[in-house]
Amino acid sequence: MPGFAVYAAFLLYPLLRSVQLSFYDWDGLTLGKWAGFANYQEIISDAGLRSAFGHALVLMLFFAVIPVCVGLLLASILNRAKVRGLPFFRTVVFLPQVIAMVVVAVAWRRMYAPDGTINDLLHAIGLGSVARGWLGDYALALPAVGFIGSWFETGLVTVLLLAGMSRISGSLYEAARLDGAGPVQEFFAVTLPSVRGEIAVALTLTVIAALRTFDLVYVTTSGGPGNSTSVPSYEVYHRAFELGRVGSAAAIGVTLTVLILLISLVINKIGDREGSR
Amino acid sequence: MSRNPRLGIVAAVGLLGLVSTVACTPGAENSAPSSQATPSSVQTDAAKLGDVNLVVWDQEVRGGQAAQMKQLNDAFQAKYPNIKLKRVSRSFDDLKTTLRLALSGNEPPDVVQANNGRSDMGAFVKANQLVPLDPYAKAYNWDQRYPQSVRQYSQYTPDGKTFGQGNLYGMPQVGEVVGIFYSKKKLAEAGVQQPKTWDEFQSSLATLKAKGDAPLVLGNLEKWPAIHVFGTVQGRTTPADTIKQLGFGRKGASWTTDENKKAAQTLTDWVGKGYFNAGFNGQDYDPAWQAFSKGKGTYLIGGTWLAEDLGKAMGDDVGFMLPPGTAADAAPIATGGTGLPFSITTKSKNPDAAAAYLNFITSADAMNILTKTGNLPVADTAKQEVSGSLQKDVFAAFGKVVEADGLVPYLDYATPTMPDTIGAALQDLLGGKATPDQFAERLEKDYGAFSQANG
Repeated sequence: MPGFAVYAAFLLYPLLRSVQLSFYDWDGLTLGKWAGFANYQEIISDAGLRSAFGHALVLMLFFAVIPVCVGLLLASILNRAKVRGLPFFRTVVFLPQVIAMVVVAVAWRRMYAPDGTINDLLHAIGLGSVARGWLGDYALALPAVGFIGSWFETGLVTVLLLAGMSRISGSLYEAARLDGAGPVQEFFAVTLPSVRGEIAVALTLTVIAALRTFDLVYVTTSGGPGNSTSVPSYEVYHRAFELGRVGSAAAIGVTLTVLILLISLVINKIGDREGSR
Repeated sequence: MSRNPRLGIVAAVGLLGLVSTVACTPGAENSAPSSQATPSSVQTDAAKLGDVNLVVWDQEVRGGQAAQMKQLNDAFQAKYPNIKLKRVSRSFDDLKTTLRLALSGNEPPDVVQANNGRSDMGAFVKANQLVPLDPYAKAYNWDQRYPQSVRQYSQYTPDGKTFGQGNLYGMPQVGEVVGIFYSKKKLAEAGVQQPKTWDEFQSSLATLKAKGDAPLVLGNLEKWPAIHVFGTVQGRTTPADTIKQLGFGRKGASWTTDENKKAAQTLTDWVGKGYFNAGFNGQDYDPAWQAFSKGKGTYLIGGTWLAEDLGKAMGDDVGFMLPPGTAADAAPIATGGTGLPFSITTKSKNPDAAAAYLNFITSADAMNILTKTGNLPVADTAKQEVSGSLQKDVFAAFGKVVEADGLVPYLDYATPTMPDTIGAALQDLLGGKATPDQFAERLEKDYGAFSQANG
């Protein structure tokens, strides 16, 4: 019961209140007006908001899919090679997770600047023509932001997968090798099926991180150039605190919450089903 | 939800309670009664107010701004030991976003620096969160201290709808004008005279570009810096009265005129000719002007708030001029106004002490200290003694434009959504993603819808 009280006070109440706010037209200061489903209709009808959700989907690719692929590769190499100093590598790979996202974003903003590290490097290796203001480029700003996410999440995924792989019994590999399997076949026949559970966990964590990204966008681009990197959680902030449209912000927040719930449900369903086979 | 029926009932009752507390209309708890002061009831001798705590939120964090605030606060504390100042200072962006929440709380700061625009000061006035200062203005003679042209930037009607008229809600310390900083060395190297007309300015851009310089320095990652560049160009193509109507968001003007489109076209041309530094949309504002101070580019379109830091870094090399007119003797027009005004919150328990503080930091002595710390005081500008060529330039420019009534408001004041609309629209225009026509239509949509509905 005390558990429920805490849960209610800190989670249920804010959640219900957000749902309620999402049905109002409220500026955060004066008395609100009942708005019905207008705020939700706007999410569907407003092209800017639709593209914000689209950007979040693109970020999912960078935050979840790429780190899982790279993580699988890294982890299986580290696991197979049985290199000396494995704890050291693990620490290095995991390091980005320890740093606050805001610090990460500020550092990367500097690196992406027209006179920043990345462009200096490009000039140094004779690729000066590729150099640009990365965060101000309409085609590349979103991938540039997404890449920071890949860099950030890969460590977490790798360490998760590494833990999963170290549980795999050596006899399975032995059996595979006796059947004449090479490293690649071994990976698909033994390693991959054994870490399904870990992949599901990793995907859940990273997909949620992608969908709720705020600090990264806020610090690096403020949604620019134009609105080409705006994401739903940035819109929530922008509407609630800058435009004073708290109702609309709440509606986006609620929609985002439902979306995150649905996606993580689907991922877990897939992970469970395949894991129990 | 729960296997135990009793627990289930308790939980259900709890939920019901939650729903009922949730059910009240948002904002209902915020309607505070206002404590109206009258001129006769104002206590102007702060020493007699007893022991008072005064919480002040400001955004004076940069060099000279921070210095003047500290000096004035120390002097205020020394003069009125009974009033204890608690200063909270944040960057402009951080103040803007936290102020709204702070003001709707039960114990907001007593004095806040609120941005003049509709989405800030206008919204706070509408929600009855700022004290009208007119009784204090009478008691302290603030009308004589500040000319109407300065006061209008802090005036709203009590419903918050009309900007530029009505009650006085804030007192600014400094003036601001957006002009052109230039490097004398770089101009001389290219054999270019300081331009006296807009045509000369544009042809100097071409000359400098031909000599291999990207003459205009811009860092537009934050979206708002380009507003100042556009405003500067617009002042050459569009009459001042139209800009005022557009900027204050009053009915009757239009964005989709040939004049405004011509201004947008000029910017597009400048980008096409490579006058700006490469990658400006991905460049931070601060590193951009810092790069200018280290010898990058020749011109920096920027506000007088940068003068102190640029002067320190560049010494006599840097000069400042108002954007030149179409003819050498044309009346000056420049974007500008006042710094963020200081306001008193309705829920403040000590409005008299707060008013005494406002009076202190905007007095003639304060203007003197502002000058000494490298700021541009909003009043008595002409009377100040200044040294250093840049400071002379800046004071002369501000005096000249105020005298000619040529100050036009920041364009993002117009509507609550305008800062975002014009910021994104300018990034699109400069990035080549929108034509001048599309740019003008996007702004017209925002301005038109708001000014129609607002009456």
